[in-house]
Amino acid sequence: MTTWPILSVTTFLPLVGALIVYLSRGDDEAAKRNSRWIALWTTLITFAVSVILVMRFDPANPDFQFVEKANWLATGITYHMGVDGISLPLVILTTAVMPFCIFASWKAITNRVREYMMAFLILETLMVGTFSALDLVLFYLFFEGGLIPMFLIIGVWGGPRRVYASFKFFLYTLLGSVLMLLAIMALYWNGGTTDIPTLMHTAVPRSLQTWAWLAFFASFAVKMPMWPVHTWLPDAHVEAPTAGSVVLAAILLKMGGYGFLRFSLPMFPLASHDFAPLIFTLSAIAIIYTSLVALMQEDMKKLIAYSSVAHMGFVTMGIFAGTMQGVAGGMFQMISHGIVSGALFLCVGVVYDRLHTREIAAYGGLVNRMPLYALTFMVFTMANVGLPGTSGFVGEFMTLLGTFKVSIPTAFFATFGVILSAGYALWLYRKVVFGALVKPSLASMKDLTFRECLTLFPMIALTILFGVYPKPVLDMSAASVQQLVNNYNTAVTAVKAAALLQ
Amino acid sequence: MSFETAGYQLAPVLPEIVLAVGAMALLMLGAYRGQGTTGAVTSLAVVLLVVVGVLEYMLPAGKQVTFGGSFIVDDFARFMKILALIGSAVTLVLSTEFLSDPSRRIFEYAILVLLSTLGMMVLISAGDLISLYLGLELMSLALYVVAASNRDNAKSTEAGLKYFVLGALSSGMLLYGASLIYGFTGTVSFTGIAAAATISNVGLVFGLVFLLVGLCFKVSAVPFHMWTPDVYEGAPTPVTAFFASAPKVAALAVFTRVTLTAFPGIVSQWQQILVFVAIASMALGSFAAIGQSNIKRLMAYSSIGHMGFALVGLASGTVEGAQGVLMYIVIYVAMTLGSFSIILAMRRNGQAVEQISDFAGLSRTNPLLAFMFAMLLFSLAGIPPLAGFFAKWYVFVAAIKANLFTLAVVGVLTSVVGAYYYLAIVKTMYFDEPAGQVDPVRVEVKTVLAVFGLFNILFALFAGPVVSVASAAAKSLF
Repeated sequence: MTTWPILSVTTFLPLVGALIVYLSRGDDEAAKRNSRWIALWTTLITFAVSVILVMRFDPANPDFQFVEKANWLATGITYHMGVDGISLPLVILTTAVMPFCIFASWKAITNRVREYMMAFLILETLMVGTFSALDLVLFYLFFEGGLIPMFLIIGVWGGPRRVYASFKFFLYTLLGSVLMLLAIMALYWNGGTTDIPTLMHTAVPRSLQTWAWLAFFASFAVKMPMWPVHTWLPDAHVEAPTAGSVVLAAILLKMGGYGFLRFSLPMFPLASHDFAPLIFTLSAIAIIYTSLVALMQEDMKKLIAYSSVAHMGFVTMGIFAGTMQGVAGGMFQMISHGIVSGALFLCVGVVYDRLHTREIAAYGGLVNRMPLYALTFMVFTMANVGLPGTSGFVGEFMTLLGTFKVSIPTAFFATFGVILSAGYALWLYRKVVFGALVKPSLASMKDLTFRECLTLFPMIALTILFGVYPKPVLDMSAASVQQLVNNYNTAVTAVKAAALLQ
Repeated sequence: MSFETAGYQLAPVLPEIVLAVGAMALLMLGAYRGQGTTGAVTSLAVVLLVVVGVLEYMLPAGKQVTFGGSFIVDDFARFMKILALIGSAVTLVLSTEFLSDPSRRIFEYAILVLLSTLGMMVLISAGDLISLYLGLELMSLALYVVAASNRDNAKSTEAGLKYFVLGALSSGMLLYGASLIYGFTGTVSFTGIAAAATISNVGLVFGLVFLLVGLCFKVSAVPFHMWTPDVYEGAPTPVTAFFASAPKVAALAVFTRVTLTAFPGIVSQWQQILVFVAIASMALGSFAAIGQSNIKRLMAYSSIGHMGFALVGLASGTVEGAQGVLMYIVIYVAMTLGSFSIILAMRRNGQAVEQISDFAGLSRTNPLLAFMFAMLLFSLAGIPPLAGFFAKWYVFVAAIKANLFTLAVVGVLTSVVGAYYYLAIVKTMYFDEPAGQVDPVRVEVKTVLAVFGLFNILFALFAGPVVSVASAAAKSLF
């Protein structure tokens, strides 16, 4: 059907863009402008190419599409790419968020612009590759490779404690991932290949399932991040430049959830079933604990970072519920959170660019000077709370619904998170936006510029669109999710039946 | 009885003969024409190494044995020899700057590197304990002198002396082990030992342990690593680059050949030794490097750690393990030569600088150099998609297959610790304020850096053929 390797083009186009940025030498203003424009155009063209993916995608087909296969390393390790209903939404999310990131860095980044844009473009290649790789080694390559540009983004363009944050981010994530690497090797010897579709249909012995599940869990739990291994996230978010935070929250965190959906559930269904109570407990703790922690924050970015951990708790809970609603809800929550948290970090970036502080106490009464900003920030705050009519509601509701069928206590405790999130989000909004404008430093604050409107308004539209009409996202993933849930339940029931017979 | 019919053909040793004769001819040239010929001798030595490499490559395929079984040329030997020749040739190229100083115009330097390389080639092809010892000593004796080649420098002479004393001790142990093995098996040839050593007896194991001690010293594996940091720091930088590349190839090659072809019957005996040595090397290499402030000393600990990783592959004792060792050593040599070319490029006002703090802000004063070094460091830490990741993949995948789970888990965890100090250098280069301009980089250093830097970054693209060659070479041992 397709005559050109459309998925590889989507993946590697940003890399080509990075090379072009590299070739545009010079340190003067013109060179900086050039790199910005090249980066913007690269991300826009990449997005346009990925839209072709959506148009040609057949949502009724649960299997991998746009499959490309080529020899790579000998012995069962191939260059294998493809997307299904689970990965395609995340690919689109990545390509869609990147132009906003470049746009948000337009004025905020003034030193070493060329390197900055290159780092972001390389990161985009690695992120898209992570979601579309169908070979475990290839997946690991993209998954881990992303650490390098992100390390540099936080470390070079970050805040005052950037060194600490970048090291913590890198080493924390690496530690989780190397254990997954060993599990990948074990799977390789078990199945004789690292081909993901093949491995999905390869029986894995029960003991290996347990160990491999734990090893994959070590990596994805850190990436997600789940309580108690979430502590790198607030540091990384606070120190990263705005666009770095956006990428981190909108896309990098989704790799954990994607990993659970792509590997843990289909390859180790029995272990997933066994460990589901563990995940439920950790998710419920994450939702309540990090929401409480968020209530105490003095830094805007830190507050949103903790709220991210809480929202990811809904995702893990929904995924491991193993029900149609739970998994589809988790999937939707990831997309919704990608838009909403990304937008929230952009909102923080807007005021940070003006006042160069993220302390909540430094603000207050912004509504008087910045009505447009107040409106924008409100929409995203409400979406973060999960108000019906915004995309945040759909995901939370579906995951709770899916979990309710499996574990009522988990759903019960997780629901507190909805209330608590209203607590911290509204508190943040009131402190920053409402009240009298008394602080002299705020007196000259300007409302959103045209560029900022251009970044934020499309996100408002998406948040509300998916809030009232979530069908496009749900439809895209429905067939694949259905197949995943069916396979999972078949495997689990088979073992239960066998256990009963004995 | 003619010479050829009794298994004494000379064709398989042709490259070695050419190298030996060439080295002696160059020695004559230098001796009669004086120190003024240093440049010419060095250039001719590089040409000679290239010629020998081509000859080695053109030898007929398959396994050839000569000198009554004491000299073996198989795919494995060819692979390792060409790698060692590349290491030596590149080191000589990198030494041009060092040798151009009027006070250090020593033509013997290139001759000694050639003779040491000859020793390596004999060592790699060794089919019995005698030729093993012969090759080892030829290699080492030349290395001791090269280490002290900066004659007026106290640190350099100290390095040479230290290396010599400890090296002699380890050679003694190796010889003692070899004599025990001979005593208990009645033969010195590897095939003979393999036939005799099917059940472990105490005397044989004693001999094996002493033999392994000697070999561990040469690859600088813990606990026989003590000389490494001092020698690396004290020796002139091009010499350090040499020590870190070609001799390691030869030592690891003979290590692999001895354990896999002479003692396949008592794998469990040497496996536990190797597991311990690998874990100790990886751990020490990662933890001890953290506190270092001198880049050469840091590279010494880094190489100790890397030898530990390479031994992980060997510890599994399988074809996959041997393949892992081969992959590891190729990539290790490339990363090491690339890194040392950067250390050589770091000069301010004509003086070499070796402190890690001297790298501060390099990303702004010389972005390309900093980028290449950062990629090499990430690669040394084993981060994909760089070459170092594939090296680690192939050794650990072998360990997993051999069910050495503890070894694998400890190994990857120490690699995370190791990542910390590599990151610390990246941090110095990228996050810190510049420490001043660096001098323009010499063209030969630039070339070496470009070749190995690109090899490192683009390895994922051509990994397939390398894997196939390594796999064929590994199979030739079994």
